[in-house]
Amino acid sequence: MTTTVAATTIKARQRPGDRVFSTASVVSGSLILAVLAAVAVFLLVESLPAFVAPDEAFSGETRNFWEYVGPLVFGTVWAAVLALLMAVPIAIGIALFISHFAPRKLAQGLGYLIDLLAAVPSVVFGLWGITVLAPMVRPFYVTLVEWFGWIPLFEGPVSGTGRTILTVAVVLAVMILPIITAICREIFLQTPLLHEEAALALGATRWEMISMAVLPFGRPGIISASMLGLGRALGETMAVAMVLSPSAEVIFQLLTSENPTTIAANIALNFPEAHGVGVNILLATGLILFVVTLVVNMIARAIINSRKAFSGAN
Amino acid sequence: MNFKRFGRTAAIAFVAVIALSSCAANEGDTASTGDNAASGLTGTLNAGGASSQGAAQEAWVAGFQTANPDVTINYDPSGSGAGREAFIAGGSAFAGSDSYLDEDELAGVFAACAPDTKAVDLPVYISPIAVIFNVEGVDELNLDADTLAKIFAGTITQWDDAAIVALNPDATLPSALITAVHRSDDSGTTENFTDYLAKAAPEAWGEEASDTFPFGGEAAPQTSGVVSAVTNGVNTIGYADASAAGSLNTAALKVGDEFVAYTPEAAAEVVAGSPLVEGREADDLALDLNRLTTNPEEYPLVLVSYAIVCNEYADAEQGALVKAYVEYMASEAGQAVAAESAGIAPLSAELSENVASVLATVK
Repeated sequence: MTTTVAATTIKARQRPGDRVFSTASVVSGSLILAVLAAVAVFLLVESLPAFVAPDEAFSGETRNFWEYVGPLVFGTVWAAVLALLMAVPIAIGIALFISHFAPRKLAQGLGYLIDLLAAVPSVVFGLWGITVLAPMVRPFYVTLVEWFGWIPLFEGPVSGTGRTILTVAVVLAVMILPIITAICREIFLQTPLLHEEAALALGATRWEMISMAVLPFGRPGIISASMLGLGRALGETMAVAMVLSPSAEVIFQLLTSENPTTIAANIALNFPEAHGVGVNILLATGLILFVVTLVVNMIARAIINSRKAFSGAN
Repeated sequence: MNFKRFGRTAAIAFVAVIALSSCAANEGDTASTGDNAASGLTGTLNAGGASSQGAAQEAWVAGFQTANPDVTINYDPSGSGAGREAFIAGGSAFAGSDSYLDEDELAGVFAACAPDTKAVDLPVYISPIAVIFNVEGVDELNLDADTLAKIFAGTITQWDDAAIVALNPDATLPSALITAVHRSDDSGTTENFTDYLAKAAPEAWGEEASDTFPFGGEAAPQTSGVVSAVTNGVNTIGYADASAAGSLNTAALKVGDEFVAYTPEAAAEVVAGSPLVEGREADDLALDLNRLTTNPEEYPLVLVSYAIVCNEYADAEQGALVKAYVEYMASEAGQAVAAESAGIAPLSAELSENVASVLATVK
């Protein structure tokens, strides 16, 4: 008797606000799954004709879809990795400067400035890439080929316009810098003060303190920040489409006129005039990009999970 | 207080909606009053096709709708191939296309046309293609088809190559690499450029005409991309619709024994001097462009774009609209409007008359 009474009295009154709020959050939560599923299904269905498309549907010497998409996948990953190689060290440097070196007022201003960079639309970066960056770096490329042409990566002939994959990687690096920096900064700020002070008390210099306390603590954060940046670089469309001089081949040379293009840029360039099975082929490359991004994210998750032991305040 | 402010905003929004929605969807000029009622045309025309015609179509639509305020015309610059497909399937009233209907397409059924009737190609848009270059210290450049083909095929790689020097004895050509820029997207400009090279320099080029550039090298998207790559690059050369060449230097092509720079007149001249494609209906004005001309009045590197219309429409009202609109496009006034806003080369009087006489039979 008493238990039933207790049960009825304890039960919280359902206010309309509670109900609205919980329904709203459940709906938003499931909506994202539904949208993702809808995109995946749409891409799959639209892609099917591309996988069985005849030779004639492809221009040049490409015979089937896999030969067509192969160089594109390579270009997408290649450009994104090059961008990441440039962006991550700089982002860590900026984040460390803001969190551990700069005077507080300067740090705050610098933080805002970096965030502002994230708000610049990619078309603007694209325009900057072709009109400012490409002509500016070209003389540097010429010197690079002159001195280091014996390294296959820097083999000539150098592009006459500077619109090469390396220029694209620089533009992409600038674009992904803000997100990596912002996350790294937050992570570094969370380093337990005790760790830092302990290191300093043992006679460590500031650099030693950072390499012993801050960086190991922040490693999973740096990795997940890089993966977020990589995701953005993989999917970046306009800047690549505008800046790159594309060709449909796997090419490792960084400074020539012929560069592997990315999936997103290839779709943007060819979709407006595509018709018939050409549309399906482009959508199928979109599906491949979807899969590549998913795989990259899963790898990132796996890395972060395996390093869980280092994170947190242990 | 709050309510008052809200009310004021709402009133402004309400008035704005009323005011704005009273305009037609894509009317160029609302200040047109005059003998509008005279034309008596009403209805909506949906068409699509060549993106090269895009700018000209905008001008034509604005001009035509000003004269016929009850008509709405939508032109979707989705590309020549897509435009022809949509027209054949009956999705659009006419198609703009950089290439005329091929025999397979003519043998099929046109859904928008009356049963057992076919469609015809009418040239309405001529644009010279300029060979643009940016080489320090060189303002004038003479090229023949052979040399041009070798430059873009990548067999001539230096600006001071003997072949170029022979054509330009007075120029100070640098000893530098040539960066030849082509279109990275499929385009009618590329198709006409490669068609010229394939016909005028078959050995040096060695490829057939195609809307995808057949060789490697520097590539850039759209006409604007090629122009900006050539402008910002060093020792570059490229090809683009002449109207977009801007302040860049353009090369003169060897025609006969002379070097001819592009002009709208020379482009219109070569089109006027080109025979119709053989083996087609008499009212089909598909042109076999005379790329091999030796007449120095003519500039052979041109792009001709067509309006593809039915001989007889299943829907007579649509037929009347298409007829009136395409008549306007090919008329002197229409060509002048497009020449000003899109930089086309106006049709010659004779060709314009031919188009008009074919249109007279369209129902």
